[in-house]
Amino acid sequence: MHIPDGFLSNEVAIACAVPAVAAVGYGLKRAEVDLDDRRVPLLGVTAAFIFAAQMLNFPVAGGTSGHFLGAALAAVLLGPWLACLVLAVVLAVQAFVFADGGITALGANVFNMGVIGGVVVGGLMLAARKALPDTRGALLGVTAVGAWLAVVAGAAACAVELAISGTVPLATVLPAMLGVHVVIGLGEAAITVAAVSAVLVTRPDLIHGPTPEPAPSALPALS
Amino acid sequence: MKLFTIVALAVAIGLATAVSPYASSSPDGLEKVAEDKAFLEQGKLHSVQEESPVPDYAFPGIDDPRVATGLAGFVGTLLVFGVGYVVVAAARRRVPA
Repeated sequence: MHIPDGFLSNEVAIACAVPAVAAVGYGLKRAEVDLDDRRVPLLGVTAAFIFAAQMLNFPVAGGTSGHFLGAALAAVLLGPWLACLVLAVVLAVQAFVFADGGITALGANVFNMGVIGGVVVGGLMLAARKALPDTRGALLGVTAVGAWLAVVAGAAACAVELAISGTVPLATVLPAMLGVHVVIGLGEAAITVAAVSAVLVTRPDLIHGPTPEPAPSALPALS
Repeated sequence: MKLFTIVALAVAIGLATAVSPYASSSPDGLEKVAEDKAFLEQGKLHSVQEESPVPDYAFPGIDDPRVATGLAGFVGTLLVFGVGYVVVAAARRRVPA
């Protein structure tokens, strides 16, 4: 879902970059306080895993492929704001080194694939912590729903940005983007649940969510 | 943390190096929609991307496309890990310990 340069008007690119920069800036601030020394490498590892998994396009219907986005995984592991930072690192390297996703569109890509997913999943985790039992099943359920929603909401935002830019009418692009991404979102949910399950088995203390919190100082509350 | 970091990073590098050459090469969701709705050709590279070191996830100067993709994945995964690590380390250094 990487928007190249030329798809968005400058106004839309800037309007998307503002919240993206704010969220990443807040993520940097949270990196000062949220991560104890032990968890510093986790951010790099999460970013590396997301980069790798984004390369693994899987086929969906009709000569189309989808790939993992990763904001939901990052939000479950690191919280919503560090998730924005992780996706900004991945998307910036992709844009500058691999020419994947535009440079002026970078803010929009961080917004669509990082901020929206981080905020959606962070909000769901916060609600789940209050409403759902503190079990592995509840965490994985929230993870699955959140991952799917993150992709679908990101695709909808992308469609709206393209429409406001005058690139393609909303009535044309919105159903098309939603139609394919409701399927791609299932792949996102499956990969995210698999990755979170693997972390739950090996290092449950790394989950930033409604799991037993072993060291109170290590896991500050979501805000 | 150390063991988890090493194992998780090894999994990421393995996926990017050995599995990515076999990933689907069909256009992704947005690309396909852009193709179908006839706005794909509006996309263009930014001037700084014309000299991109590894354009389109194919390491330059390698004939075998699978090897070129795998090597791009290997280098990219390590690079992303390094950038992520440095960004966080730099952000944390701003606070007096």
